[in-house]
Amino acid sequence: MKIKHTITDNTITISLDGELDASSSVLLDEELSNPSIMMFGKILVDCKNLNYISSAGLGVFISHLQRFEDAQIKLIFFNMQEKVRNVFEILGLDLLMTIVSSYEEAVTIAND
Amino acid sequence: MTNKIRVSCDRKNLKTIRAFVTDTLKPVHLSEITLNQIILAVDEICANLIIHSNHEDSRKNLCLTIHYDSREIIFELQDNGTPFEKANYKEPNIHDNIRTGKKGGVGVALVNRIMDKVEYSVNGSTNICRLHKYIG
Repeated sequence: MKIKHTITDNTITISLDGELDASSSVLLDEELSNPSIMMFGKILVDCKNLNYISSAGLGVFISHLQRFEDAQIKLIFFNMQEKVRNVFEILGLDLLMTIVSSYEEAVTIAND
Repeated sequence: MTNKIRVSCDRKNLKTIRAFVTDTLKPVHLSEITLNQIILAVDEICANLIIHSNHEDSRKNLCLTIHYDSREIIFELQDNGTPFEKANYKEPNIHDNIRTGKKGGVGVALVNRIMDKVEYSVNGSTNICRLHKYIG
């Protein structure tokens, strides 16, 4: 799993590349647990190259969601592959998290 | 068709297990989503066996056997760790998990929703988990 960031104003875009399983999700958890992430108002997660997610990967997002919501930080997923989105759907997480098709859509929602 | 792999109880081996499932099921023409769901269910059980049943003790092993025919795929997982207590299992409430910031506890729910039958048994010191997926 490779994790890359791009920062523009108060938005951090996190690009995930590879597979998020019980082994690699530790990295993402460290990333999202970093106190500096709370400085941003918007976290956009680019899932274009995210080829796989297991419950451990979902668990990382689930465990940070409330903290981001409480701090009024928007967490938006975009470019998600259909098979990865399906895993969110099995648990109904697609209804509790914001998942959009494109970067442009993510930016529009983030700026609403 | 039957295919078998044995790996040590190290979470880094989850990737090897997923590659083994993908390769074994290549001749079975599944949609990308169904194949991913099946790989996920096996990965979830293996992660639980490695992390919870065997406490990531790499001296211990788990064995995965895949059998399939035109109607069904059966995954059989064997290990010698602490058995999974199905009677103590409670379906997670995702809203509660979000509210409390809970990281784990949704893997078995995924397995139960993806697979058509999930069986747990113990034979001496060996725990056996069988996952059935109907494809016919």
